[in-house]
Amino acid sequence: MQKDDERLVHNRGEEFLQVFKKGAEFTQDLLRENERLRFRVLELEKPLAAGSEASPAVEVRKLSERIANLETEKQEILNRIKQVEEENQDFAARYLEIEDENNNLANLYIASYQLHSTLDFKEVLQIITEIIINLIGAEEFAIMLLDEKSDEIQAVATEGVEREEIPHVRLGKGVIGNVAASGESYFVDDVDDYQRDFVNPMVCIPLKIKEHVIGVLAIYKLLIQKKEFAPVDYELFTLLAGHAATAIFSSRLYSDSERKLSTIQGFIDLLTK
Amino acid sequence: MQWEDKGQMSEYNVLIVEDSPTMRQLIAFALKRIRGVRIVEANDGVDGLKKLSSERFDLILTDINMPIMDGLKLVSLVRNDANYRSIPIVVITTEGAQEDRERALALGANDYITKPIQPTKILEVARNLLKIT
Repeated sequence: MQKDDERLVHNRGEEFLQVFKKGAEFTQDLLRENERLRFRVLELEKPLAAGSEASPAVEVRKLSERIANLETEKQEILNRIKQVEEENQDFAARYLEIEDENNNLANLYIASYQLHSTLDFKEVLQIITEIIINLIGAEEFAIMLLDEKSDEIQAVATEGVEREEIPHVRLGKGVIGNVAASGESYFVDDVDDYQRDFVNPMVCIPLKIKEHVIGVLAIYKLLIQKKEFAPVDYELFTLLAGHAATAIFSSRLYSDSERKLSTIQGFIDLLTK
Repeated sequence: MQWEDKGQMSEYNVLIVEDSPTMRQLIAFALKRIRGVRIVEANDGVDGLKKLSSERFDLILTDINMPIMDGLKLVSLVRNDANYRSIPIVVITTEGAQEDRERALALGANDYITKPIQPTKILEVARNLLKIT
């Protein structure tokens, strides 16, 4: 009986010891967890303690705003680049236009300079011919002058056709006569459909000194590679209308005065011998 | 072969063979856009050959229809002469037919420009043959 009591007490003691051990382990676990949490709290308190540093959420918001600003700036730069590229294209196109204009002006200047470089009538006709061939691109044409006594217009120089083939034209008759009478240039509507007609050329330009017509340029055929007239051709025609007329008129006056001078000199020589 | 000293001063020596003074002026005006270009003019093929023998040239531009010696004869003579055969030649002419172009190129012309004259085209071809970028 006593033995049974002793064994019971022993078992109870064992049980109590086990419970105590578990309690001690649990207490140690609680202490460790407490330590870990305290460490975590300290970690989280660090940014706050620093004062100026933002929380992760604030930092993310700021970075998002910065990204948005940079995106806007990038878009603005891209728009500016596009605008500059467009401006560059405009400048390039304008440069080509100016270069063309410059070339055309040079052509006009050289043509004009050459026209007034001589007082020899034949040479003037030769220069007009060269300009029409090389600058305008005509293959068949005639330079015709008005005889004010007979009111007839007749060819004084031709290219691509014989001079005899070009008929004398009465002032006011046909395209040539009308151009000489009105002083207005004539251009056929469709160069491709034009059929050669010596009385009705595809282009007829009056040779004018102010409003006084001294003759016409009649064009019958263009060079094979010249399909149509360019804007500069009309400027050349305008130039020819004025400058060629002046050059022809001056050279004729000069030739006439030279001839008269020679005749007078002949008389003087006869009288003084 | 001895060349004149004055020719050595320019970067590019160009010979224009053309019987029309007006056209020579127009071609010269177009070429003067090239920095360092020096232009020598000749009235016809014979005059052109004479000028060729007096100095070094980097480019020849020639008309076809000229008195005394035409441009095609000049092209042929230049291409058959060891002293000049490497000089590029450009033909500038009113002859716009395909067979004329082919004939000139077959004789040795490097390029073929038809009139009416276009300074921009002349400049482009000259720059290309002078290897100016």
